[in-house]
Amino acid sequence: MEQHAEVLIGGEWRQSHPSWRDAIATLLVLAIVILLGSGAHQMLAPLVANRQPRISLSPSALPVYALRTTMRMLAALVASLIFTFTYATPAAKSRRAEMVLIPLLDVLQSVPVLGYLSFTVVFFVSLFPGTPLGPELAAVFAIFTAQAWNMAFSFYQSLITIPTDLNEASRSFRFSGWQRFWRLEVPFAMPGLIWNMMMSMSGGWFFVVASEAISVGNIQITLPGIGSYVALAIQQRNLAGVGWAIVAMTIVILIYDQLLFRPLVAWADKFRFEQTAPQVVPRSWVLDLFRGAGSLRLLGEPLGRAMQGAARARLALPRRPGWLRRFPAPRRAEDVVWFGFLLASLAYVGWKLVQFAKPELSWGDVSIAASNGVLTLLRVVILIALATVIWVPIGVGVGLRPKLAEKVQPIAQFLAAFPANLLFPVAVFLIVKFALAPKIWLSPLMILGTQWYILFNVIAGASAFPSDFREAAVSFRIRGWRWWRQVMLPGVFPYYVTGAITASGGAWNASIVSEAVSWGPTKLSGSGLGAYIARMTEAGDYPRIALGVAVMSVFVIAMNRLLWRPLYAFAERRTRLD
Amino acid sequence: MAAKADSPIIEMCKVYKAFARPSGQPLPVLTDISLSLREGEILGLLGRSGSGKSTLLRIAGGLIKPTSGEVVYRGKPLSGPTKGIAVVFQSFALFPWLTVLENVEAGLDALGLAHDEARRRAMSAIDLIGLDGFQSAYPRELSGGMRQRVGFARAIVIQPVLLLMDEPFSALDVLTAETLRTDFLDLWIERQLPTKSVLLVTHNIEEAVMMCDRILVLSSNPGRIAAEIPVSLPHPRNRLDAEFHSIVDEFYSILTSRATESIGAQSQIHGGLVQPLRPVSINRLGGFIEALASSPYQGHAELARIARALALDIRDLFLIAEALHILEFAELKDGAIKLTAAGRVFAQSGTEERKRLFSEHLLRFVPLAAHIRHVLSEREGRLAPRIRFESELEDHLNPDDAENTLRTVIGWGRYAELFVYDDKTQMFSVNSSAG
Repeated sequence: MEQHAEVLIGGEWRQSHPSWRDAIATLLVLAIVILLGSGAHQMLAPLVANRQPRISLSPSALPVYALRTTMRMLAALVASLIFTFTYATPAAKSRRAEMVLIPLLDVLQSVPVLGYLSFTVVFFVSLFPGTPLGPELAAVFAIFTAQAWNMAFSFYQSLITIPTDLNEASRSFRFSGWQRFWRLEVPFAMPGLIWNMMMSMSGGWFFVVASEAISVGNIQITLPGIGSYVALAIQQRNLAGVGWAIVAMTIVILIYDQLLFRPLVAWADKFRFEQTAPQVVPRSWVLDLFRGAGSLRLLGEPLGRAMQGAARARLALPRRPGWLRRFPAPRRAEDVVWFGFLLASLAYVGWKLVQFAKPELSWGDVSIAASNGVLTLLRVVILIALATVIWVPIGVGVGLRPKLAEKVQPIAQFLAAFPANLLFPVAVFLIVKFALAPKIWLSPLMILGTQWYILFNVIAGASAFPSDFREAAVSFRIRGWRWWRQVMLPGVFPYYVTGAITASGGAWNASIVSEAVSWGPTKLSGSGLGAYIARMTEAGDYPRIALGVAVMSVFVIAMNRLLWRPLYAFAERRTRLD
Repeated sequence: MAAKADSPIIEMCKVYKAFARPSGQPLPVLTDISLSLREGEILGLLGRSGSGKSTLLRIAGGLIKPTSGEVVYRGKPLSGPTKGIAVVFQSFALFPWLTVLENVEAGLDALGLAHDEARRRAMSAIDLIGLDGFQSAYPRELSGGMRQRVGFARAIVIQPVLLLMDEPFSALDVLTAETLRTDFLDLWIERQLPTKSVLLVTHNIEEAVMMCDRILVLSSNPGRIAAEIPVSLPHPRNRLDAEFHSIVDEFYSILTSRATESIGAQSQIHGGLVQPLRPVSINRLGGFIEALASSPYQGHAELARIARALALDIRDLFLIAEALHILEFAELKDGAIKLTAAGRVFAQSGTEERKRLFSEHLLRFVPLAAHIRHVLSEREGRLAPRIRFESELEDHLNPDDAENTLRTVIGWGRYAELFVYDDKTQMFSVNSSAG
């Protein structure tokens, strides 16, 4: 909307000579529209009953597959945004809704996405039998669940921290709820939301790849995409195929970053709440191109006007009639009813759960799942510790050299976004070839993709470390271990914790695909909770899948509550000066 | 301005406002407020922090509902923000993601005007307030003064009948504030504004005397109207006028007598244990005592004079003066401050002697400090958790005041070496050497 504002004001009106920018920008828009259109068309094409699309291992088929994969990502992103707006808003505005929605979100966040993929696949396939829409929706849903929770959380956080003065200003202008939402709430939440969208997307690639080729019991799902391409390559022991998929994924992620996120970040800069001018303004050539292209601006103007108009429309709900307002329901009574309702639903769900589990599961199953959980927990802890020992010193070293950090940071972020499961076959191939012990050597795969969060957060922390502290340390000749302990480590600690939380959460999720892997007919299992869930999924044993997912959720929640949250609180407290 | 003095724009009758304390007991912030704002006048609300003056302004704007009492706007009870009332905020409250023009237009959103009409009105408000040429700038590109001009333009664009100004100049530097005040007064006197009356909240005495036709002084805890003083000086007013001066001095004496009364009253409740304290650093206290002890004051100064000389605003001035009054290093009376004998000794002493003197006064005149010491000496291991004192305070003070009081005592107690406080463990203790 920003570019249109300039046009309307008339102050910065530039001559709209068609320029090279127009040509490229138009081309870009058309290409994206056509590509998305054809991708969507293929998704909806009716599938001959029970015949799965054949996947070709020819590299020339990869661009189309990459497009399909990207489409799923986009669809999920849109769904996540809609969810974010509709879920977080009531949570922030109603005390009663908040009581339910926020803890629920907290738990949902800790449930391993890949664990319940089997349920959602079956559910969506049964919803749309005979069309690929079911599996497509299941895949989109998997990505959605990987993205939506933290976006909703960020939006909720923003909504409850809206500064009082802006709040009062909006009230004194008598904004309607709709105007307030678009004028105040969404803009204020924008920077956090976009940052979380980026993080979500990084995680999303992993799940889209995993959800394209799955088998649950006797249901085989293959969706054309990079994930199924890799799955086929694994089946046929085709290492070159895996290599091509890696190349294709790399290109897709780079394009996505350039075309979607950079422009978004550059555009969202104006929503920053700080009133000071920024030191580094994020830039994007795509955004510059669009802003510079006069013809596109002309085209966009009606759209921009329409959006502005929509945001400005009052759309106020009719006020409660006066006689109703005069007799507000007593809060106490409403609360009692609400709590009663919550308790009743909770009891009902619990009873249903017992009914479902009792005939199928015994305490023995629980202890098997739990002991597997302990093994995976051990792995996660050791791997995070290892990654910390390796990446913290490197991250600090890089972060303190601005030139180097500038080059390394995008690479670290790219590696974090890259779906590590595409690299698994390479590792598995090596393990098989050298006959290494799977219980040990499969473990690093868990953290292959998520360790980068530690690296880039530590780099960010070290870059942001105030230079007067560093100079003070130099002038007092604080060196060696003392320098690390008293100067640098406390400085990067909050950043490290942020990175480590993401890395550990990701590692749990990844365990489901990394503890049990295959290379052609060879199957390797590292045992652990991830392998347990994977095995039960293959067998189509739903009660035990559910049990595995539940146990893993409990482990993740416990780790968050007992380790990460206290650490995070500690980091926040210790590094504040005021 | 010629006033139809008998048709009030807004009228409050016995307004009482209390916020809920954690214990559930109401904490009154405003009590028994009755006032009426007449057409054509600028009414000032002068008070210190904690006097509830901002709350009162928000009640007038319909942003906060009074707990009891009546607010009548142009003959009708006020039930929420309404069409003819606009607010100018201390912090500007601009939307950082909107340009100057869009910010001004945002004020018109609720009126549902046609786009062209909204643009026209916004442009004329921008014009009037002197923001021409800044339409397409974002607030973060502007200086504080320019930002507040946007705040004014945004309020004026809706053509308010009543303009509420919440310390609109206090976030600006002295020169900028003066310019904006003068510009606003010019528009007001030349009747270029559609506004019929203004309610100005301020803690700056000179600003109030400069701008207002009538000033209400609010006392603190809970806020109530302590005095009403008309200012009939003709505009433009001159700060150097003798008459201007005598009005300013009158305010200082009202405020000092209010302050000492309130300190006296608080020290009666619970043996003074819950006397609210506001954090003032030892360095400021020491610096002020030194300045007061030296020439030209020689231990006695009029507040108006020393405030100007030390460039202290009234909030800071009273913060320091009250702390000294409580500690009995100085005495507040009739708009003047006078060092006590102990204060004079303090000014002359070295670090160790000062600490000893301070600790003596802290124990004698701040019952809370003595209480903490006493509890520590009774306790096994000479340890006591912060929460113990915090909850004692919160029974009687609002959470902010309780927090401030405890922080102040901790700061002063640390300096006096009365006790040790560890923020990590949230524990008070006594040093073995100090005990």
